[in-house]
Amino acid sequence: MALFDVSGFNSDLRARILPSTQVPVLDRANNYNFGSKFQEFAVPPGVDPSGFLESCSSDGGVRIEMDHGTTTLAFKFRHGVIVAVDSRASSGRYISSTYYDKVIEINPYLLGTMSGSAADCMYWERLLAKECRLYRLRNNQRISVAAASKLLCNMMLGYRGMGLSVGSMICGWDKEGPGLYYVDENGTRLSGRMFSTGSGNSYAYGVMDSGYREDLTVEEAYDLGCRAIAHATHRDAYSGGVVNMYHMQKDGWIKVCKQDVSELLHRYRKEKLRV
Amino acid sequence: MAARYDRAITVFSPDGHLFQVEYAQEAVKKGSTAVGIRGKDIVVLGVEKKSVAKLQEERTVRKICALDEHVCMAFAGLTADARIVINRARVECQSHRLTVEDPVTVEYITRYIATLKQRYTQSNGRRPFGISALIVGFDYDGTPRLYQTDPSGTYHAWKANAIGRSAKTVREFLEKNYTEDAIAGDNDAIKLAIKALLEVVQSGGKNIELAVIRRNQPLKILESKEIETLVAEIEKEKEEEAEKKKQKKST
Repeated sequence: MALFDVSGFNSDLRARILPSTQVPVLDRANNYNFGSKFQEFAVPPGVDPSGFLESCSSDGGVRIEMDHGTTTLAFKFRHGVIVAVDSRASSGRYISSTYYDKVIEINPYLLGTMSGSAADCMYWERLLAKECRLYRLRNNQRISVAAASKLLCNMMLGYRGMGLSVGSMICGWDKEGPGLYYVDENGTRLSGRMFSTGSGNSYAYGVMDSGYREDLTVEEAYDLGCRAIAHATHRDAYSGGVVNMYHMQKDGWIKVCKQDVSELLHRYRKEKLRV
Repeated sequence: MAARYDRAITVFSPDGHLFQVEYAQEAVKKGSTAVGIRGKDIVVLGVEKKSVAKLQEERTVRKICALDEHVCMAFAGLTADARIVINRARVECQSHRLTVEDPVTVEYITRYIATLKQRYTQSNGRRPFGISALIVGFDYDGTPRLYQTDPSGTYHAWKANAIGRSAKTVREFLEKNYTEDAIAGDNDAIKLAIKALLEVVQSGGKNIELAVIRRNQPLKILESKEIETLVAEIEKEKEEEAEKKKQKKST
């Protein structure tokens, strides 16, 4: 810079203040750069996050539990997308919250679910919501589900290997119709009809797969979602609380219900006895 | 007055001018003319081809460039600056496709180019890009678009516009002759572009280069034979008009 040259500033210090790896603002390609090289969330030099995490997962030492302790699910059917999540937040074997909101309402046409580390999901999905709002302002049209999930995926890729723990489903309705994407901390991004994430996902998949048909009625779909989460919370220690369910329709999402899982499980048992 | 305020780009003059940016606009006025027309199902770009030296290969001078399959641009001004801008725009088009999984809208890429130009008018050690660009194309919903950018980084949408040498003459011609009838068909829009360029180009069809994009089709650069045919048609129409006027006068 001209001022550096004119004032005869020390060039060593200058190299540390303006590191050569930093792309100057003038030449930065576009609005969609995320990652440790672009000061979105700069990693201090000399720190090795993956090394630190390895030391934390050794047996006998301090263990930081990074498992995705939760159950969330989403599936597409004829009348839109159903999103259902549990509400238990755990720190190791301690239940920190029974009513934790695991769905972030990005805009009336876009939802994101959270599983994994609560802090990571909360932060990155709120950042995603910020980017979606900026997109809407810059381009005068709502962001597509594919683009929103791509943005989150690129954020994850910028910090790959540094110990983020995010298992998220981005659901929405755009001009291509209903959209459902699964994004995780490795940068995996999959589009599909049905996903379930978290430690209780295998139980939820079992119930969903046995009851799913593409031509479910709306009531049947609500029932399937509730059942899958309730049964998963019954068997999985890290899931519980209430079922929060959303239905993504053509003109936006609606919040369907918030039902306590123990009440649901009692109801299901009574139905079985009656039959 | 100007002498003291025009050396550095980041200095305003007392009456609010950025002289370097205005000088860049002068550089644009020295470039060869380019005209853009937005039709109903077609967008047309025409440029005045500068006559090449005897030993020079004609094909290496290209003033109309595709930015993506559905967007192209023509420029007036410093060719070298244009090359940089076009390169960055092409990368941005693909980057957009990669991140957002959708092709760019014409407005988006125009905004990107305009933002790029503006950054270079507000930083030390760099001068503005000495080009104005006409950017045409179709959005994914099928709407045709024409935008113009200038060295200061502003951009506007136009129905028809011209940049470069004699741009004023061409624009006046377009203001008189651009009507809904005049662009009713694809061929009519192309003929209007040629007519506009013939106003200012010496020696007729040989010095005109024309490119069109039709909806859902890639950029097509017209061959000189096709241009010659269209120029001949235009000449014939002009003669017929003149004949009719003469007859009206005599009867």
